[in-house]
Order: sequence, then structure tokens, then C-alpha cells
Amino acid sequence: MDVLFHNVRELVERAEQEGKLISEIMIEQEMLITGRTREEIIQQMDNNLTVMEEAIERGLNGVKSVTGLTGGDAVLLQNYIAQGNSLSGDLLLDAVSKAVATNEVNAAMGTICATPTAGSAGVVPGTLFAVKNKLNPTREQMIRYLFTSGAFGFVVANNASISGAAGGCQAEVGSAAGMAAAAIVEMAGGTPQQCSEAFAITLKNMLGLVCDPVAGLVEVPCVKRNAMGAANSLVAADMALAGVTSRIPCDEVIGAMYRIGQSMSPNLKETARGGLAATPTGKAISKAIFDNGNLESIKSLQK
Amino acid sequence: MKFTSVFDIIGPVMIGPSSSHTAGAARIGRVARDLFGRQPKWAKIHLYGSFAETYKGHGTDVALIGGLLNYDTFDERIKTAFADAEKAGLDYEFIPETANMEHPNTARLVIGDDEGEMSVVGISIGGGKIEVSEVNGFKLRLTGGMPAILVVHDDRAGCIANVANCLAMHAVNIGHMEVSRIERGLTALMVIEVDQNIEDKVLQQISLIPHISKVSKINN
Repeated sequence: MDVLFHNVRELVERAEQEGKLISEIMIEQEMLITGRTREEIIQQMDNNLTVMEEAIERGLNGVKSVTGLTGGDAVLLQNYIAQGNSLSGDLLLDAVSKAVATNEVNAAMGTICATPTAGSAGVVPGTLFAVKNKLNPTREQMIRYLFTSGAFGFVVANNASISGAAGGCQAEVGSAAGMAAAAIVEMAGGTPQQCSEAFAITLKNMLGLVCDPVAGLVEVPCVKRNAMGAANSLVAADMALAGVTSRIPCDEVIGAMYRIGQSMSPNLKETARGGLAATPTGKAISKAIFDNGNLESIKSLQK
Repeated sequence: MKFTSVFDIIGPVMIGPSSSHTAGAARIGRVARDLFGRQPKWAKIHLYGSFAETYKGHGTDVALIGGLLNYDTFDERIKTAFADAEKAGLDYEFIPETANMEHPNTARLVIGDDEGEMSVVGISIGGGKIEVSEVNGFKLRLTGGMPAILVVHDDRAGCIANVANCLAMHAVNIGHMEVSRIERGLTALMVIEVDQNIEDKVLQQISLIPHISKVSKINN
């Protein structure tokens, strides 16, 4: 199959040579591969953007998962921001709260848009709807944010993995955070090369992250991993925009992520047999959910 | 390339909590239903790897049943799929397996009714994307990203040409094709990926060709 890019180097070269945004290259490739019109493709992404926005709104109003393990933290964060004393900055915490909101809705079996997966669905929309308040993008620019994210995710999915079961959390939240960082840079007016630097800096700092969901649920620690993925991507985007570069090229970072995933024990790849899932409390939560079917006892464990 | 569309990455729109274990599972169930050609009356679902370890927490079980009931990844009814299955007369059983499969998220669905049965192996490769790796013992690789026709036929000269001719008469273009057989001279399987959804009358015509025993399709 003919594609316009196989890796980040080709993606950046093409964008810079043709004087185009990375989002534009992604749209052109989608037209080429699927034979669909630009309007159809933009419309589908517009619909996905609406799903993301609605999920955030729902999460910010407060949700609770069936088990009661997660939910309500997005509300706590928004209340804290409103008090005006945040140390890490309002924009960063806003992104964190909106990432958490999305994943709390996901854990509650609500409707979300996977980016690139459901377990990592908070990072890209969370950062987008926080950066929006600072950069005042048009609807078209917000849709482009998703195409830029998609372009980097496309490379990772084909050259490494976006599955926690295959590559650990680094493949899910790590990829999502890198995708968001690249998209933030493009929206802020950075170059395609700076997008690539932001992706590389982000993913380098999420390498080795294991997938160890307590009781096998996409709740603990997934929701908070999305929070920190969002924070990581914003800081990395700022670093790239400041002119900081990655000594290891982006594609090599992706290759390293893939090999780390290959050598990771299956206990740490979405089997709920290792890591946090295997801690005394993690095991107690799992037992409470599946052996007794008693959700009340889980709530008492949290206190 | 396993992932061809940007919407494999930014998407699907789905009911949580897991793209591979919930959305992918729903798609595997739905493809199995499509291949079977109707709603089965019973299903024995074998789960492997991460599917076997975490299916309850991820809603993999309700999503697989939802898929067998023809629900899409974003269908809210996935949450009530067990109750819906009971109403629809679909009996099901989940069997967690310990064998190691090539991919960690694998499900083998054995489904059937009074008329017949079928075995489908589906794998969920991440982000809601799936592949079908086996149908009735035949190894194959079907992504579900394109419409496809599956033809079970006698392993004889001319069968492939006859099917291709029939498609040509209906101006159906073949994008990718694979042929496999379990043993020489016995039964073989054609997997034909095509550019557009196939009308039932085309399938009916193919099923009338000599030495063709079964035709099924997956629409996109």
C-alpha cells in the first residue's frame, strides 16, 4: 500500500519540504488510502471531537464507576483550581482534570473516543480543551489537533504498538502523551520538527511504564496515568517550543519503546498479575469485587 | 501495515472501558455473527491471555455477547447485553483458557443453532482494531477493515476462476485474496477482500456454482 510516511522522519521531511502542517499530511494520506473526500474525513473527525467534548463535560459534572473505585477526582481538581492557589499552574491542572474527567467517564462505561485506546483516551482531549483556553483555536484548528495526534499515533501503531497487552502502559498512555505533545506544538505555531522533538521528549519519559491494572479494571492506576500523561505532554511541548531537542531521534525512541515492550514480563502487560495489581491492597480490591461481588466492601477499603 | 486509517488511532467512538477488551471484543462478536450469517442460538467463547485474565473487569464478556447481537462499539445496549441475550434466545458460556496464543488478546467463538455451527478465532490488536485469524480450522488473516467474502469449496481446479468470474460480472473489484486448505483434494477456503459491500444476490449466485459449499460475507 502506498502511504505518504512510514515513520516520523518521513512525516516531518514531507511537511517541511511541502511547507505543510503535519495535520495536513495526515488528512492527505487518509484521502489517498481510503478514497474518501476531505469533507467526509473532516466531518468524521469533527464528530469524534464532539464525543470528546461531551465526555469531558460529563466527567466534570462528576461520575462514579460501577465499582466505586474511580470517579469524582475531576471535580475535586476543578474546585481546587477555582480557589486560585495551584502550584503547577492553572492550564496544566485544567488539562489534568479534563484528562481525568474523560477516563472517569470511560471507567463508568460511558461513551468516549479512543485516542489511541480507551484506557489512554483522556490525554489528547484533556490537553486540547485546556490549551484551547489559552490559544483560542478555531474549530478547524481543534480538528487539526486530532489529525496531528493521529499522524504520530499512526507511526507508533505500525512500527511499535499501542496495546497495553502487547507493550505495557508506555504503549498506551506513553503514545497518547507523545501524540498530545506534538499536537500542542503544532497548535502553538511550532515547526513539524519541533512536534517530533516534543513527541520524543515525552515518550522518553514514559518508557518502561507497565500496564498493571488493579483487578484488571481500567481504573487504578489508569485514570491517574492519564493525568500525568497530560502533564508530561504539556511540559514536553513547552520544552520543544523553547528549542530543546531530543538527542535520540524520535523514530529511535519509538523503536526503543517497542523493544522494551517485547522484553516486559507478561505479568506487567494487562494481565493484572504484577505491579500495583499484585500489591496487598490491589489483590484485596480484586477479591472484594470478584469473589464476594460486594461493592460496598471496596468502598470501605478506600477509606 | 496493520493500521491504515487515522480513525484507527483517533477512534473508535465506543462504550468504555477498554478499546482492545471492550470495543475490540464487540467487533469480534459482530464479525463472527456476520460470518455465521444470522444470530446464533448458542455460543461457547474460549478466552486466552489477557482476555482470560481480565475479561470481567473490562466488560469483554458483555461486549462479545453484544457483538453477537449485532451491537456496534458505541451501542449503549452493550451494557445490558446479557439480559438482551436471554430475551433473544442466545445461550452463552465463557471458558477462560490457560494456553499461550500468539497474540495476548485472543478469543475463539464456537457459535451455532439447529442448522449448523461455526468456529471463529478473533484477535484484538489494540485501539479497537481486530483481525480474524481462523475460521472453521482454516488459518487466514482478515482485518475486518474491508468488506470480504468467505467461500468454502471443494479443493478442485476451476473453483477460484468461477468465483472470480461471478464477481467480475457484477463489477466487484478484488483488493486482496487468499486461498487455503486443510488437506489436498478436500475442503478449501477462499478469503476475498473487495472494495464495496456485497449484495446478497451476488452471494446467492456464488453459492450456486458447482463445488461451492458455503458462502458468507463481512460488510464494512
